[in-house]
Amino acid sequence: MNHEQFNNRNVSETYYLVDIEDYPTDGWGKFKRVVKRTFRGELFVGLWVVLREMIKFDIHTVQYPQEKMPIGPRYRAVHEMKRLWESGTERCIGCGLCEKICISDCIRMDTRVDENSRKEVTEYSINLGRCIFCGYCAEVCPELAITHGGRYENASEQREHFVMFEDMLTPIDALKAGKQLEFEGFGAITPHEDERVKKTPLSY
Amino acid sequence: MDVAYLIETVIKVVVVLLIFSALAGIGTYFERKVLAFMQRRLGPMNVGPYGLLQVAADGVKLFTKEDIIPSNVVPNIFKIAPVITAATAFMAAAAIPFLPQFTLFGYTVHPIVADINIGILYVLGMMGVGLYGPLLGGMASANKFSLLSAARGAAVFISYEVVTGLSILAPIMIVGSLSLVDFNAYQSGGITHWLVWSQPVAFVLFWIAAFAETGRTPFHLIANDHEIIDGFGTEYSGMRWGLFFIGEYANMFFISFVIPLLFLGGYGDGSFLGALGLLGKMAFFFFFFLWTRAAWPDIRPDQLMWLCWKVLMPIAVINIVITALVMMF
Repeated sequence: MNHEQFNNRNVSETYYLVDIEDYPTDGWGKFKRVVKRTFRGELFVGLWVVLREMIKFDIHTVQYPQEKMPIGPRYRAVHEMKRLWESGTERCIGCGLCEKICISDCIRMDTRVDENSRKEVTEYSINLGRCIFCGYCAEVCPELAITHGGRYENASEQREHFVMFEDMLTPIDALKAGKQLEFEGFGAITPHEDERVKKTPLSY
Repeated sequence: MDVAYLIETVIKVVVVLLIFSALAGIGTYFERKVLAFMQRRLGPMNVGPYGLLQVAADGVKLFTKEDIIPSNVVPNIFKIAPVITAATAFMAAAAIPFLPQFTLFGYTVHPIVADINIGILYVLGMMGVGLYGPLLGGMASANKFSLLSAARGAAVFISYEVVTGLSILAPIMIVGSLSLVDFNAYQSGGITHWLVWSQPVAFVLFWIAAFAETGRTPFHLIANDHEIIDGFGTEYSGMRWGLFFIGEYANMFFISFVIPLLFLGGYGDGSFLGALGLLGKMAFFFFFFLWTRAAWPDIRPDQLMWLCWKVLMPIAVINIVITALVMMF
């Protein structure tokens, strides 16, 4: 088998070698090169480029604490607890999967069965000092209850920095105002999922 | 020597010191802003309106920082080196006429501390002595990078001083005086009388040497941050380092005054417009120092020595010979 076609790794056939002169070896050649470089005015090209940018004044600085760049919807920062859109109750059913799957062991939760025989979360905390923001909790959550949010400013005075369930939970007024955002990353339902669902055939 | 003259001189000294110490600080602000704009940044913005008080914040920081003398340095030389840089930079200013003479409350003021008859020689000599600061500071620092910087300083010094001296020799021959006031008087007839037209080569050579003299970017070898940390300044902290900085920026301002005075007509006929013209030319040359820092790369020390000894010095000598021949016939 001929390997020649595999050895040609050029994307296209229009590659060409840049015309670079050989280095001069003798004194006269070096002298000519110096003279040529001196009077070609390359230094002024550099001066013009920076002056042009100064005059255009096209500033790209983001003044961070006052201005912030928009952050991707899939960004994995501090967790959020979602509420159900219809009833406003929290989505978390206290199954404990996030606690189990957490590879840095930073989620702790405690549950009980309430008066309506429904499992209720009594304690829930995430140690952000340990959390590596891998997103497994959001991926494993069967109810899309725990997700990641966009709040990335979590500097703290101490290494243990806990975030509690109530802090992560969407405020009820924000939910009523329709401001709860669904997380589009890791574990979330992909867009147009309905169109891709196939009916289970009843008979073969 | 009467008392009035003494008082006048003391006042002039204090004024020059205060103005140029402050200008050195504001110069750092301009440098940051200009470099930032050329790199599409904003530069200092948070301290004061448009970051104007950044200079004051830096000053407070420098003055209140602990004055550290590392354990292995040569203490006395280490302590005196920044003073040499700052002091010689300001001493050089003594022979520079900053403005034309003007009358204040019926008293004629000459804005030059001492119009000595060896003016330009004194200015360049003092700036040359200023190199002892980096040299001694670098050698006394007990730091390899500082030592490298001192060695570079010596090598650069012997290279560019030759060019500086030889390049202004031809203008001096034409004017026939070393005083900067006489230089100005020679060119006071307007733009056609400027020495840059009769001595363009000397002008370019002196300008190039000025970059080496002040250690600005194409020849920023002595304190080259990306090669030898801060060179001689590596071990310094607080106001000792600040003195190096003030010396460097004051030097930039003074050389920016000297170039227009030598070649571009200075303050011209001494009118108000002429004074503004000198300040404008000074501002351009100061801006050019910042401009090149944004645009050009640094060269190696051996390239600078090659440039000074093998290119600029022969050109300067040829320039002198041709000038002398033209003046003779």
